[in-house]
Amino acid sequence: MEIHEYQAKAILADYGVAIPEGGLAYSPEQATYRASEIGGEQWVIKAQIHSGARGQAGGIRLCRDEREVWEAADDLLGKRLVTHQTGERGRGVYRLYVEAAVSAEREIYLGFVLDRSAERVMVVASTAGGTAIEEIAAADPDAIVRVNVEPAVGLQAFEAREIAFALGLAGLVPQAVQVMTACYRAFSDLDATMLEINPLAVTADGRLLALDAKMTFDDNALFRHQDVSELRDKSQEDPRERTATDRGLSYVGLDGNIGCIINGAGLAMATMDMIKHAGGEPANFLDIGGGASPERVLKAFRLVLSDENVKAVLVNIFAGINRCDWVAEGVVQALVQLDPSVPVVVRLSGTNVAEGRRILADAEVPVITADSLAEAGTKAAAVAAGGAAR
Amino acid sequence: MSVILDAATPVLVQGITGRIATFHTAEMLEYGTRVVGGVTPGRGGDTHCGVPVFDTMKQAVAATEATASIVFVPPPFAADAIMEAADAGIEYCVCITEGIPVQDMIKVKRYQRRYQHAGRMCLIGPNCAGVISPGQAMMGIMPPHIYERGPVGIVSRSGTLGYEAASQLKAVGIGVSTSVGIGGDPINGSSFLDHLKRFEADGETEAIVMIGEIGGLQEAQAAQYARDHMHKPVVGYVAGLTAPKGRTMGHAGAIVSTVGESAAEKVQLMRECGVTIVKLPSDFGATVPKVLRR
Repeated sequence: MEIHEYQAKAILADYGVAIPEGGLAYSPEQATYRASEIGGEQWVIKAQIHSGARGQAGGIRLCRDEREVWEAADDLLGKRLVTHQTGERGRGVYRLYVEAAVSAEREIYLGFVLDRSAERVMVVASTAGGTAIEEIAAADPDAIVRVNVEPAVGLQAFEAREIAFALGLAGLVPQAVQVMTACYRAFSDLDATMLEINPLAVTADGRLLALDAKMTFDDNALFRHQDVSELRDKSQEDPRERTATDRGLSYVGLDGNIGCIINGAGLAMATMDMIKHAGGEPANFLDIGGGASPERVLKAFRLVLSDENVKAVLVNIFAGINRCDWVAEGVVQALVQLDPSVPVVVRLSGTNVAEGRRILADAEVPVITADSLAEAGTKAAAVAAGGAAR
Repeated sequence: MSVILDAATPVLVQGITGRIATFHTAEMLEYGTRVVGGVTPGRGGDTHCGVPVFDTMKQAVAATEATASIVFVPPPFAADAIMEAADAGIEYCVCITEGIPVQDMIKVKRYQRRYQHAGRMCLIGPNCAGVISPGQAMMGIMPPHIYERGPVGIVSRSGTLGYEAASQLKAVGIGVSTSVGIGGDPINGSSFLDHLKRFEADGETEAIVMIGEIGGLQEAQAAQYARDHMHKPVVGYVAGLTAPKGRTMGHAGAIVSTVGESAAEKVQLMRECGVTIVKLPSDFGATVPKVLRR
């Protein structure tokens, strides 16, 4: 789960990371009020969307007086910002963060990620702050400091000191240690999967301030963090994916026209590859999971058909815990109740496959059946392109 | 021969009284698996699915001499159950549970390090289909009828793709020595590499099918091991050529976040290491016979 910058900053501030003074605004009037509360000469108005690279998309504005604050806020609110992380639809701006502008002498990158190979949390840091870590890694991999944290004891002060010295923060070591250990505690206490301060500013008066912050959280651990769950902002989610999440389905929206209903994440990805090979384009990834009831299949159909780009639906089930007869009943219900205007290709295999095929045949619904994965992919691509299923 | 599991392996079911565990315990017993008992804290002394239930893993192991266990415990408590198995001296533990928090798995892996490498429990999964040695026993949730006994070892992150491969092999008359699902999570109990080693040493296995997907770097590590240390042929497939970067594709571990994690990069590296690549998921049945004939 992703959260906004202002939410991540509030969490980090609680753990002892210094942040510039700031406040949230939902309207231009609120924005100017926040700016006057904060005081000073310059403010940054920051669009709160779930994406990085907001600056390039015009989502971050430096303002020098109240009128500029008002205008920036008025312009940003309600806009959709498109970055390389958001896809074409972009993300809507409904909240602004107004912050005192800080001039940084230096900008540091500080990140915490899960290192899958080491099976530990890894601290990633660089003196080239303000740039995306991917770009730093591509330009100068040696400029990145990496430290794996021993999970039994957590990040130790000496490790944080080593990082601080490596970053050339000699005069600011105690502060740097505090920032790093605070971040690690927040990461581990709250089951984060990623935490990034970019940039961490070194100010002229010798302070370390988090100018931007990002945190993502482990969906599987939200059950034990009600406070974190409450930070979810549904306005930032793809409407199709939001519907799916709320119904317990695993769905990723894509740009093609073949709607996919599949059980198992691996088989779903493989089926998409198969469709692509046959000349088609998948409209989505959808794993209906194990133990799929007819109702669940029906829900999946509703979701897939809600995408108006869909020109054909491919159902591919290899039943282990699932039962083909249940899936077949769900397919029949979907065809009868939803009466889709697009062709439906169904491939069933595994547990109770004979019964499943019989149910489809007896129901006399207009499905195109396929016996193998290859045949399913070919037929789906053909009918989506407007041809007949060979 | 087979790896991990055979008809004689005594198995415990952790969380045996749950609805899903009950169903699969019956299936495993019917297939011939030697399920010798189960554990549900507070239900010790009961009999469930015809086998005794114990309160703790230590009691269960003491009473049954079980060497393997399968975990059906819900995600918030699954890591605890795995560590309990390790502490009770279990050799092979299969965890079916999907949705264990990543930091719980970091703890599990750290906990396992208190045991010397040679005596350390092998964890299979979590979020996997389990293990089957066809014709002998199964410790998992797969449909057993799609597996024929034979010379091919399967190791797969995805459950359903493992089924797909096994059924394509059966259709061309080729059987499986053991099929192992290592699971779709970011941190796996055991890796492709761990199981390639087992299959290389197994007398019944003549070739190995390795089914990977996007995310992580373990396919590459396994392929390098195959190149440097294995004599048996390895056939590989990687799902997710069409998966967009930065999106989680169903499995918590199926996400391309850094260099080397995409399907195309993995396929390239595996090919360079001499792994025979299955280009399409429909081609397992056509590819494996060629490798076996060599």
